[in-house]
Amino acid sequence: MAPWAISLTGGVLIGLAATLLLWLNGRTAGISGIVNGVLFPVAGDVAWRLLFLIGLIVAASLYMTWVPSAPQPRSDYSRSALVVAGVLVGFGTRMGNGCTSGHGVCGLARGSRRSLAAVATFMATAMVTTHVMRHLWSAA
Amino acid sequence: MKRFLLASLASGGLFGVGLAMSGMTDARKVIGFLDVAGDFDPGLLYVLGGAMISSAVLFALVMRRQRPAFAQAFQLSGLRAIDRPLLGGAALFGIGWGIAGYCPGPALAGLGVGSVEALWFVSAMLAGSALHWAFTAAKQAKVAR
Repeated sequence: MAPWAISLTGGVLIGLAATLLLWLNGRTAGISGIVNGVLFPVAGDVAWRLLFLIGLIVAASLYMTWVPSAPQPRSDYSRSALVVAGVLVGFGTRMGNGCTSGHGVCGLARGSRRSLAAVATFMATAMVTTHVMRHLWSAA
Repeated sequence: MKRFLLASLASGGLFGVGLAMSGMTDARKVIGFLDVAGDFDPGLLYVLGGAMISSAVLFALVMRRQRPAFAQAFQLSGLRAIDRPLLGGAALFGIGWGIAGYCPGPALAGLGVGSVEALWFVSAMLAGSALHWAFTAAKQAKVAR
Protein backbone atom coordinates (compact mmCIF):
# COMPACT_ATOMS: atom_id res chain seq x y z
CA MET A 1 0.00 0.00 0.00
CA ALA A 2 1.09 3.56 -0.68
CA PRO A 3 1.99 5.56 2.45
CA TRP A 4 -1.05 7.83 2.09
CA ALA A 5 -3.34 4.79 1.83
CA ILE A 6 -1.88 3.31 5.02
CA SER A 7 -2.41 6.63 6.81
CA LEU A 8 -5.97 6.87 5.51
CA THR A 9 -6.72 3.28 6.61
CA GLY A 10 -5.28 3.99 10.06
CA GLY A 11 -7.52 7.04 10.35
CA VAL A 12 -10.61 5.10 9.26
CA LEU A 13 -9.84 2.40 11.86
CA ILE A 14 -9.72 5.09 14.56
CA GLY A 15 -13.11 6.35 13.36
CA LEU A 16 -14.50 2.78 13.37
CA ALA A 17 -13.17 2.18 16.89
CA ALA A 18 -14.87 5.34 18.16
CA THR A 19 -18.10 4.33 16.39
CA LEU A 20 -17.97 0.85 17.91
CA LEU A 21 -17.67 2.23 21.46
CA LEU A 22 -20.53 4.69 20.90
CA TRP A 23 -22.82 2.22 19.14
CA LEU A 24 -22.31 -0.69 21.55
CA ASN A 25 -21.56 1.01 24.88
CA GLY A 26 -22.75 4.58 24.39
CA ARG A 27 -19.39 6.02 25.46
CA THR A 28 -17.03 8.57 23.96
CA ALA A 29 -13.64 7.24 22.85
CA GLY A 30 -11.73 10.18 24.27
CA ILE A 31 -8.40 8.91 25.53
CA SER A 32 -7.75 11.65 28.09
CA GLY A 33 -11.26 11.23 29.51
CA ILE A 34 -10.89 7.45 29.70
CA VAL A 35 -7.53 7.82 31.48
CA ASN A 36 -8.89 10.39 33.94
CA GLY A 37 -11.71 8.01 34.83
CA VAL A 38 -9.07 5.46 35.88
CA LEU A 39 -6.94 8.02 37.72
CA PHE A 40 -9.96 9.43 39.59
CA PRO A 41 -12.18 6.35 39.71
CA VAL A 42 -15.94 6.30 40.19
CA ALA A 43 -17.26 2.94 41.45
CA GLY A 44 -18.60 0.75 38.63
CA ASP A 45 -17.11 2.92 35.89
CA VAL A 46 -13.51 1.72 35.81
CA ALA A 47 -13.30 -1.80 34.31
CA TRP A 48 -14.39 -0.85 30.78
CA ARG A 49 -11.84 1.98 30.77
CA LEU A 50 -9.01 -0.33 31.81
CA LEU A 51 -9.98 -2.87 29.16
CA PHE A 52 -10.13 -0.18 26.46
CA LEU A 53 -6.65 1.06 27.42
CA ILE A 54 -5.22 -2.48 27.62
CA GLY A 55 -6.69 -3.22 24.18
CA LEU A 56 -5.19 -0.02 22.78
CA ILE A 57 -1.71 -0.60 24.20
CA VAL A 58 -1.51 -4.31 23.34
CA ALA A 59 -2.90 -3.99 19.80
CA ALA A 60 -0.70 -0.99 18.93
CA SER A 61 2.35 -2.81 20.30
CA LEU A 62 1.62 -5.98 18.36
CA TYR A 63 1.26 -3.94 15.17
CA MET A 64 4.53 -2.07 15.78
CA THR A 65 6.29 -5.36 16.58
CA TRP A 66 4.91 -7.55 13.79
CA VAL A 67 4.54 -5.22 10.83
CA PRO A 68 7.99 -4.54 9.38
CA SER A 69 7.04 -1.20 7.81
CA ALA A 70 5.35 0.12 10.97
CA PRO A 71 6.60 3.53 12.15
CA GLN A 72 8.58 3.20 15.38
CA PRO A 73 8.53 5.64 18.32
CA ARG A 74 11.26 8.28 18.49
CA SER A 75 13.86 7.66 21.21
CA ASP A 76 16.29 10.57 21.41
CA TYR A 77 14.18 13.49 22.64
CA SER A 78 15.10 15.70 25.59
CA ARG A 79 13.69 14.30 28.84
CA SER A 80 13.00 17.71 30.31
CA ALA A 81 11.00 18.61 27.17
CA LEU A 82 9.04 15.36 27.51
CA VAL A 83 8.23 16.10 31.16
CA VAL A 84 7.16 19.71 30.50
CA ALA A 85 5.05 18.57 27.53
CA GLY A 86 3.48 15.72 29.51
CA VAL A 87 2.46 17.97 32.41
CA LEU A 88 0.91 20.49 29.98
CA VAL A 89 -0.98 17.76 28.12
CA GLY A 90 -2.26 16.16 31.36
CA PHE A 91 -3.27 19.47 32.91
CA GLY A 92 -4.71 20.95 29.71
CA THR A 93 -6.77 17.94 28.65
CA ARG A 94 -8.36 17.63 32.11
CA MET A 95 -9.06 21.37 32.22
CA GLY A 96 -10.47 21.44 28.67
CA ASN A 97 -12.26 18.06 28.96
CA GLY A 98 -10.67 16.38 25.98
CA CYS A 99 -7.81 15.78 23.61
CA THR A 100 -7.29 14.91 19.94
CA SER A 101 -9.65 11.93 20.16
CA GLY A 102 -12.39 13.27 22.46
CA HIS A 103 -12.76 16.71 20.89
CA GLY A 104 -11.00 16.08 17.56
CA VAL A 105 -12.67 12.84 16.50
CA CYS A 106 -15.77 12.22 18.65
CA GLY A 107 -16.74 15.83 19.36
CA LEU A 108 -16.44 17.01 15.76
CA ALA A 109 -18.21 13.87 14.52
CA ARG A 110 -21.30 14.73 16.53
CA GLY A 111 -21.18 18.37 15.50
CA SER A 112 -20.22 19.87 18.87
CA ARG A 113 -19.39 23.57 18.56
CA ARG A 114 -17.57 23.33 21.87
CA SER A 115 -15.26 20.67 20.44
CA LEU A 116 -14.73 22.71 17.28
CA ALA A 117 -13.57 25.65 19.43
CA ALA A 118 -11.24 23.34 21.37
CA VAL A 119 -9.78 21.78 18.19
CA ALA A 120 -9.18 25.17 16.56
CA THR A 121 -7.44 26.33 19.75
CA PHE A 122 -5.17 23.34 20.29
CA MET A 123 -4.24 23.04 16.61
CA ALA A 124 -3.28 26.72 16.62
CA THR A 125 -1.17 26.59 19.79
CA ALA A 126 0.44 23.31 18.70
CA MET A 127 1.44 24.75 15.31
CA VAL A 128 2.80 27.95 16.85
CA THR A 129 4.72 25.95 19.48
CA THR A 130 6.22 23.65 16.86
CA HIS A 131 7.27 26.64 14.78
CA VAL A 132 8.92 28.32 17.76
CA MET A 133 10.68 25.12 18.85
CA ARG A 134 11.92 24.20 15.38
CA HIS A 135 12.71 27.50 13.73
CA LEU A 136 13.01 30.28 16.28
CA TRP A 137 14.55 28.55 19.26
CA SER A 138 17.63 26.74 17.98
CA ALA A 139 18.20 25.00 21.33
CA ALA A 140 15.46 22.48 20.54
CA MET B 1 -21.92 -6.69 31.47
CA LYS B 2 -19.57 -9.19 29.86
CA ARG B 3 -20.30 -8.04 26.32
CA PHE B 4 -20.03 -4.41 27.45
CA LEU B 5 -16.47 -5.09 28.66
CA LEU B 6 -15.57 -7.11 25.56
CA ALA B 7 -16.81 -4.28 23.36
CA SER B 8 -14.51 -1.88 25.23
CA LEU B 9 -11.55 -4.19 24.73
CA ALA B 10 -12.34 -4.57 21.01
CA SER B 11 -12.79 -0.85 20.50
CA GLY B 12 -9.52 -0.11 22.30
CA GLY B 13 -7.75 -2.73 20.18
CA LEU B 14 -9.06 -1.29 16.93
CA PHE B 15 -8.12 2.20 18.10
CA GLY B 16 -4.58 0.99 18.89
CA VAL B 17 -4.11 -0.61 15.47
CA GLY B 18 -5.37 2.60 13.87
CA LEU B 19 -2.89 4.68 15.84
CA ALA B 20 0.04 2.40 15.04
CA MET B 21 -0.85 2.16 11.34
CA SER B 22 -1.34 5.89 10.98
CA GLY B 23 2.11 6.71 12.33
CA MET B 24 0.75 8.91 15.14
CA THR B 25 2.99 6.89 17.48
CA ASP B 26 6.05 8.41 15.79
CA ALA B 27 6.29 11.90 17.30
CA ARG B 28 8.62 13.01 14.47
CA LYS B 29 5.76 12.56 11.98
CA VAL B 30 3.39 14.47 14.25
CA ILE B 31 5.78 17.39 14.63
CA GLY B 32 6.35 17.32 10.85
CA PHE B 33 2.60 17.66 10.40
CA LEU B 34 2.31 20.51 12.92
CA ASP B 35 5.19 22.36 11.23
CA VAL B 36 2.91 24.00 8.64
CA ALA B 37 5.23 26.94 8.01
CA GLY B 38 8.37 24.78 7.77
CA ASP B 39 9.00 21.21 6.57
CA PHE B 40 5.31 20.32 6.46
CA ASP B 41 4.57 16.58 6.29
CA PRO B 42 0.96 16.11 5.06
CA GLY B 43 0.78 12.40 6.06
CA LEU B 44 -1.40 12.99 9.09
CA LEU B 45 -3.97 14.89 7.02
CA TYR B 46 -5.04 11.50 5.67
CA VAL B 47 -5.25 10.12 9.21
CA LEU B 48 -7.34 13.00 10.52
CA GLY B 49 -9.45 13.08 7.36
CA GLY B 50 -10.09 9.32 7.51
CA ALA B 51 -10.97 9.40 11.21
CA MET B 52 -13.18 12.46 10.99
CA ILE B 53 -15.13 11.55 7.86
CA SER B 54 -15.74 7.93 8.87
CA SER B 55 -16.82 8.85 12.40
CA ALA B 56 -19.02 11.74 11.24
CA VAL B 57 -20.92 9.48 8.83
CA LEU B 58 -21.21 6.56 11.24
CA PHE B 59 -22.00 8.65 14.36
CA ALA B 60 -24.99 10.12 12.51
CA LEU B 61 -26.32 6.57 11.97
CA VAL B 62 -25.63 5.51 15.58
CA MET B 63 -27.28 8.60 17.07
CA ARG B 64 -30.56 7.71 15.34
CA ARG B 65 -30.86 4.81 17.79
CA GLN B 66 -32.74 5.25 21.05
CA ARG B 67 -29.95 3.68 23.09
CA PRO B 68 -26.65 1.85 22.63
CA ALA B 69 -26.69 -1.90 22.06
CA PHE B 70 -25.06 -2.96 25.35
CA ALA B 71 -25.94 -0.11 27.73
CA GLN B 72 -29.00 1.74 29.04
CA ALA B 73 -28.22 5.13 27.53
CA PHE B 74 -25.70 7.19 25.62
CA GLN B 75 -23.35 8.97 28.02
CA LEU B 76 -22.17 12.03 26.15
CA SER B 77 -20.85 15.29 27.48
CA GLY B 78 -23.76 17.65 28.07
CA LEU B 79 -21.43 20.64 28.27
CA ARG B 80 -22.22 23.39 25.80
CA ALA B 81 -20.36 26.48 26.98
CA ILE B 82 -17.33 27.71 25.08
CA ASP B 83 -15.69 29.07 28.22
CA ARG B 84 -12.31 29.87 29.67
CA PRO B 85 -11.51 26.37 31.02
CA LEU B 86 -12.25 24.86 27.60
CA LEU B 87 -10.15 27.31 25.63
CA GLY B 88 -7.40 27.63 28.24
CA GLY B 89 -7.16 23.86 28.64
CA ALA B 90 -7.10 23.32 24.87
CA ALA B 91 -4.40 26.00 24.50
CA LEU B 92 -2.18 24.36 27.15
CA PHE B 93 -2.74 20.93 25.63
CA GLY B 94 -1.73 22.25 22.20
CA ILE B 95 1.48 23.73 23.58
CA GLY B 96 2.38 20.39 25.19
CA TRP B 97 1.49 18.53 21.97
CA GLY B 98 3.70 20.88 19.96
CA ILE B 99 6.66 20.57 22.34
CA ALA B 100 6.96 16.78 22.22
CA GLY B 101 4.64 15.57 19.45
CA TYR B 102 2.60 13.30 21.73
CA CYS B 103 -1.09 13.46 22.48
CA PRO B 104 -2.47 10.97 25.05
CA GLY B 105 -3.38 8.00 22.79
CA PRO B 106 -0.11 7.64 20.85
CA ALA B 107 1.92 8.15 24.04
CA LEU B 108 0.07 5.28 25.75
CA ALA B 109 0.54 3.11 22.67
CA GLY B 110 4.31 3.59 22.95
CA LEU B 111 4.34 2.09 26.45
CA GLY B 112 3.72 -1.41 25.13
CA VAL B 113 6.85 -1.45 22.98
CA GLY B 114 8.95 -0.20 25.88
CA SER B 115 9.43 3.36 24.65
CA VAL B 116 11.32 5.25 27.36
CA GLU B 117 10.07 8.53 25.87
CA ALA B 118 6.48 7.35 26.25
CA LEU B 119 7.12 6.35 29.86
CA TRP B 120 8.47 9.80 30.76
CA PHE B 121 5.71 11.56 28.90
CA VAL B 122 2.85 9.46 30.29
CA SER B 123 4.17 9.74 33.88
CA ALA B 124 4.32 13.52 33.51
CA MET B 125 0.87 13.53 31.88
CA LEU B 126 -0.66 11.71 34.86
CA ALA B 127 1.10 14.16 37.18
CA GLY B 128 -0.30 17.08 35.16
CA SER B 129 -3.79 15.68 35.44
CA ALA B 130 -3.37 15.24 39.22
CA LEU B 131 -2.05 18.80 39.40
CA HIS B 132 -5.22 20.07 37.75
CA TRP B 133 -7.30 18.05 40.21
CA ALA B 134 -5.35 19.59 43.10
CA PHE B 135 -5.87 23.11 41.70
CA THR B 136 -9.62 22.67 41.32
CA ALA B 137 -9.88 21.07 44.78
CA ALA B 138 -8.00 24.01 46.33
CA LYS B 139 -10.23 26.49 44.47
CA GLN B 140 -13.39 24.77 45.64
CA ALA B 141 -12.16 24.72 49.25
CA LYS B 142 -11.58 28.46 49.00
CA VAL B 143 -15.10 29.06 47.65
CA ALA B 144 -16.59 26.86 50.40
CA ARG B 145 -14.88 28.97 53.05
